[in-house]
Amino acid sequence: MKVVVAVFPGTNCEIDTKYAFEKIGASVELVFHKSDKLPNDTDLVVLPGGFSYGDYLRSAAISKFSPIMSTVIKFANSGGRVLGICNGFQMLLETKLLPGAMKRNQKTHFISKYQHLKVINNNNQFLSKLKVGDILNIPIAHGEGNFFISDDEIKKLYDKEQVLLEYCDELGNEENPNGSISSIACLCNAKKNVFGLMPHPERAIEAILGSNDGVKMLEGFLE
Amino acid sequence: MKVIVNIQLKEGVLDPQGKAVHHALLALQFNEVQNVRIGKQIILHVEENDKEKTLKRVKEMCEELLANTVIETYSIDIEN
Repeated sequence: MKVVVAVFPGTNCEIDTKYAFEKIGASVELVFHKSDKLPNDTDLVVLPGGFSYGDYLRSAAISKFSPIMSTVIKFANSGGRVLGICNGFQMLLETKLLPGAMKRNQKTHFISKYQHLKVINNNNQFLSKLKVGDILNIPIAHGEGNFFISDDEIKKLYDKEQVLLEYCDELGNEENPNGSISSIACLCNAKKNVFGLMPHPERAIEAILGSNDGVKMLEGFLE
Repeated sequence: MKVIVNIQLKEGVLDPQGKAVHHALLALQFNEVQNVRIGKQIILHVEENDKEKTLKRVKEMCEELLANTVIETYSIDIEN
């Protein structure tokens, strides 16, 4: 599998992301945002975490106009698989590849900690290796992860199986670290080829460092 | 021409920053404060004398970049 990781000024998770995908056997290429070309054999584009353009104006507001993004949008619209992690998720919202928007965390401060997540839907490639109800332990690190969407749209997301993960406590009970509507942590589009999540699966790859729950998530893309 | 763009969270969208500042104001005994909403102001200097044209262009800027219309509203004031 060929994974392309897009790098923007201010991105800081590209090496972790490369490491994680290489660990599960993918070949990984980093592509700088000024390029408007993806390699022909690209199977998956990852928009990694960080603070692209210093989060100026709003998170991901400026990066969506980088040359690589117009190519990524075309790639996604023609069925190509795209995964946005943290700041990458914010880019997918800003470009409207995924619905909704991010607000400042409810308690206004930056959150950096391990967070439990519950699998809500696995009828998609990303979470195909997991079961509904599985509890994962994955780091989160964000200041603007308070997911917002209108009330009538939220129901559609659940009906169309687009809500993939919700924040929870270690037993799977309700726990909402950032104020997100319905504790939503991960979404996909209706065609199920574009995925976005605030947690960092690429930081949960080695059990010795706390958790390897991210491996099973990323391995879904191998099939 | 100087253009002032004000961006606010939409009515009904909870403003975490505004809420935190409201709490702080109450702690400082400013008990008359009922509600706080925080937005941002962007000041543009535009080389153009046609007010209508400027308004139209700045509106496009707001829709494309300056505001996220999923959660934010904007207002535009032009000063000569």
